[in-house]
Amino acid sequence: MSAAAFLDAAVGLSLAILSVAFLLIIVRIVRGPTLPDRILALDTLVAVAIGFIAVIGVKTRYFLYVDIAIALGLVGFLSTVAFARFVLARGRRAAEEAGVPRVGGAGRER
Amino acid sequence: MLTPLLEVLVGVMLVVGALFALVATIGILRLDDVYMRMHAASKAGTLGSGLALIAIALYSQELDIVTRAVAGVVFFLLTAPVSAHLLARAAYLAGYRPCAATVVDAMAAAEAAPAVPPAAPPPA
Repeated sequence: MSAAAFLDAAVGLSLAILSVAFLLIIVRIVRGPTLPDRILALDTLVAVAIGFIAVIGVKTRYFLYVDIAIALGLVGFLSTVAFARFVLARGRRAAEEAGVPRVGGAGRER
Repeated sequence: MLTPLLEVLVGVMLVVGALFALVATIGILRLDDVYMRMHAASKAGTLGSGLALIAIALYSQELDIVTRAVAGVVFFLLTAPVSAHLLARAAYLAGYRPCAATVVDAMAAAEAAPAVPPAAPPPA
């Protein structure tokens, strides 16, 4: 088995493993009992997609995919930060509407 | 040109990175609450995507691609803990409690004993 054939087999195996990872993450996004679970699963989906893009870049020898992976990582980080702020704002409002005492105390900002 | 040893190394790194991503995913699926899932996802997931990026950097053997891939890995290593910490803190402050299997809840202890004691009421 030559080295090139080994690399082809490794690329195929990596793509198969990452596809299984995609499916398992989607199971968690659908089942996730709370909103932070779904946000965390989306964050992991971005990480797995970056790996997938890198494997595709090795497969096609088209190295501009590295830039796409970096851009996707930036978007994933910003979206996770935005979702975290959304959880903070929504959770506080929901707790106040339900009359449940909030964890952080009323005077604690952010 | 690519040496056969380098091709084998790239293939092994791709498979190992994919396996790390799979481990992170299994952790997300099997662990009990969002904080434990975060522990699995933010570490193993970052390592998986970082290994894949280093593999494509080795495979390209061009200096600009290697520089960009290393910059991307450093960026992911910096942002993954930040986003995980932000999400955990937001979830905790929004009232999502850790599950019953949690042994130590340091934030609950911090809430029970505030660092700054309340000021004495002003004399009337």
